[in-house]
Amino acid sequence: MPALCAAPAAPLAATNRMAAPMASSSSRALAGARVCVPQRQQQRRAASMRVAAVASPVKQAAGKPGKAAAISPEEAAMLYSDMYLGREFEDMCAQMYYRGKMFGFVHLYSGQEAVSTGVIKACLRKNDFISSTYRDHVHALSKGVSARKVMAELFGKKTGVSRGQGGSMHMFDREHGLLGGYAFIGEGIPIGLGAAFQVAYSQRVLGNESDDRVSVNFFGDGTCNVGQFYESLNMATLYKLPCIFVVENNKWAIGMNHPRATAPSSVGDNEPWIYKKGPAFGMPGVHVDGMDVMKVREVAMEAVQRARRGEGPTLIEAETYRFRGHSLADPDELRRKEEKDHYAARDPIPQFAKFMVANGLATESDIKALEAKVKEEVEDCVDYAENSPKPDMSQLLENVFADPKGFGIGPDGRYRYENPGFTAGTAEVS
Amino acid sequence: MAAASCTLRSTPLPAAVGSPAARSLLAASTRPVRANQRCLVVKAQKRELMMWEALREGLDEEMERDPTVCLMGEDVGHYGGSYKVSHGLYKKYGDMRLLDTPICENGFMGMGVGAAMTGLRPIVEGMNMGFLLLAFNQISNNCGMLHYTSGGQFKVPMVIRGPGGVGRQLGAEHSQRLESYFQSIPGVQLVACSTAANSKALLKSAIRSDNPIIFFEHVLLYNVKGEVHGPDYCQCLERAELVREGTDVTIFCYSRMRYVVMQAVAELEKQGYNPEVVDLISLKPFDMETISKSIKKTRKAIIVEECMKTGGIGASLSAVIHESLFNELDHEVLRLSSQDVPTSYAYELEAATIVQPEKVVAAVHKVCGVRVAA
Repeated sequence: MPALCAAPAAPLAATNRMAAPMASSSSRALAGARVCVPQRQQQRRAASMRVAAVASPVKQAAGKPGKAAAISPEEAAMLYSDMYLGREFEDMCAQMYYRGKMFGFVHLYSGQEAVSTGVIKACLRKNDFISSTYRDHVHALSKGVSARKVMAELFGKKTGVSRGQGGSMHMFDREHGLLGGYAFIGEGIPIGLGAAFQVAYSQRVLGNESDDRVSVNFFGDGTCNVGQFYESLNMATLYKLPCIFVVENNKWAIGMNHPRATAPSSVGDNEPWIYKKGPAFGMPGVHVDGMDVMKVREVAMEAVQRARRGEGPTLIEAETYRFRGHSLADPDELRRKEEKDHYAARDPIPQFAKFMVANGLATESDIKALEAKVKEEVEDCVDYAENSPKPDMSQLLENVFADPKGFGIGPDGRYRYENPGFTAGTAEVS
Repeated sequence: MAAASCTLRSTPLPAAVGSPAARSLLAASTRPVRANQRCLVVKAQKRELMMWEALREGLDEEMERDPTVCLMGEDVGHYGGSYKVSHGLYKKYGDMRLLDTPICENGFMGMGVGAAMTGLRPIVEGMNMGFLLLAFNQISNNCGMLHYTSGGQFKVPMVIRGPGGVGRQLGAEHSQRLESYFQSIPGVQLVACSTAANSKALLKSAIRSDNPIIFFEHVLLYNVKGEVHGPDYCQCLERAELVREGTDVTIFCYSRMRYVVMQAVAELEKQGYNPEVVDLISLKPFDMETISKSIKKTRKAIIVEECMKTGGIGASLSAVIHESLFNELDHEVLRLSSQDVPTSYAYELEAATIVQPEKVVAAVHKVCGVRVAA
């Protein structure tokens, strides 16, 4: 029987003061995380492992220096750059929005970078799948989608990932396995589940037994009250699909504070914990400090390895915070200053910079160099987007159907799409 | 893994099954054979199946041909489908390819979309089409629009199928006609089958199509018997079917209303009328070639449909005909639709909400004038 979690290349440091010391390597991997596992599994593992002590969600940012880092300098630099790119990119979006370069609803990810980087950049391969919601720019970037194409999409140019047809809330990239970008929260979760189904089908029906791709769904606390979320949790366990559910609980769904929208998670609880809903649907539920990229990475690695081994889905609740309003149109008047200050102090980027320096993974000047590079990249994106052309009118009808026969047959007996100039909307479609 | 390319049969106005024209069509549709073998092939092909068997055969053939084709829905596997369309197939193809889902339409519809985006060709069955109201979010936003919002990166080669229409005292919620609700969704095609032959041939085309196809079957037509074509015959999804050639008036219909109309036609023939009957097949997009040719010939049109009058398929068709063929018409288009009423349980009330043959006869009288029987 394989180990419950694959040991990472370097031994993991139990950097979190809060977790009780663990015996086996498997439990070490869960250090720093609050774990809730289904009853049967719990009984089986009782002998070898104690469940981590329940940690208060409001805690000091951890980062014990001196212990051996569980990460190489190269990987640390990569993670730092990715988080920094996410932050700079979103800040640039805000600037561009207020300068009238992008329009509509734009939802920025600032503050939540540790989740995107810790799950996607640290643990996923190019051919793994992710699905997101409208807060998708940074998920796209972490997955490897060209920052230029994301910015161009936001500018509504034809060089954008979705040819300017999707916009901020509909980022798709086939090459990098980005399955969207969805405006209605919850509707992307079954999509990610379907991709996981396709992987399972590839293994079990098409005979590709070594196909170990996974699919990760990202969504927020508000989404956890949508029916599709529960429908998907059930099917993921039922069919044992390689699907991971990552809830970015930033406590606010526009103006609804999470406890105002969500009932306590179990009888005797006072809190609306989301991770506890995992075991209710037969999968482990894990709570993690979403402001700490190392902890997110640790938990995500475990979940991804589980899925790759064919052991099924995991629900990860990452406690995080968005520094800006829900969207650029949100006056953000309901959140208290104390709460914002608390999380600003736990900003994942300076936190990780400190960690890197303290553990000899990078010097201050290394970090400054990374930052400068990222700033350059973001400037370049803006230039690229600015100088890209707008969509041609021929794009109006071009992608409505994969097979343009769907527009039907005209009075002259020809398929409408065969008429020249058809996709520019010059032909009648009725 | 894309399905192998298939020559979709864009046949000119398929004739009604059983006519000499149809038999030669049947012969033409099979693999090329030497002339002296043609009648042997026709005899071998002549097989009568009930519509549910025809659909099942089409499904089986396509699943065998392409391993990425799978069916998901409630009770499609071990139970074999509520109308037996997937009867026994799980024994041949296994539980993943005939996936019994929990009762969560929006969830499994979305799962189907995600699977389609990433390389499979799923068929999602609504146990009753009405249940797909719960899947409207996924059907509209993802199934229909995703190819566009992704800039053409992801296609959704899905078929959404199931029984709809008014049955026998099934009550309002099991008697819904969703074609009118779905018709505005951009990016989907709506197809309604009506005979054993076209149900099989259209389903095969729908499965092979790269577009999302919403495929309407009717609860009361599953036992309708008819000749079916062979494994290579696919019917064009965008063409209407000429059911009966005529001169006096064009009667447009689809699904079960085809039979209601033909029942009326039997009576009308006795009275000396010669109506042309066109089965729309493609509810969206409309086959404007067949429609305009017919109207130019007869100069009068009646639409007979089972969906509600308000915002129905007939409403769209009537608008299109008036807009594009106004000068070809001698009379305004008559629209016979169901009443905008939830379908009653009581038999007589139910019968009064849908179109009956007498209404069709009366409409023809109105449009063509009353005639004395010869």
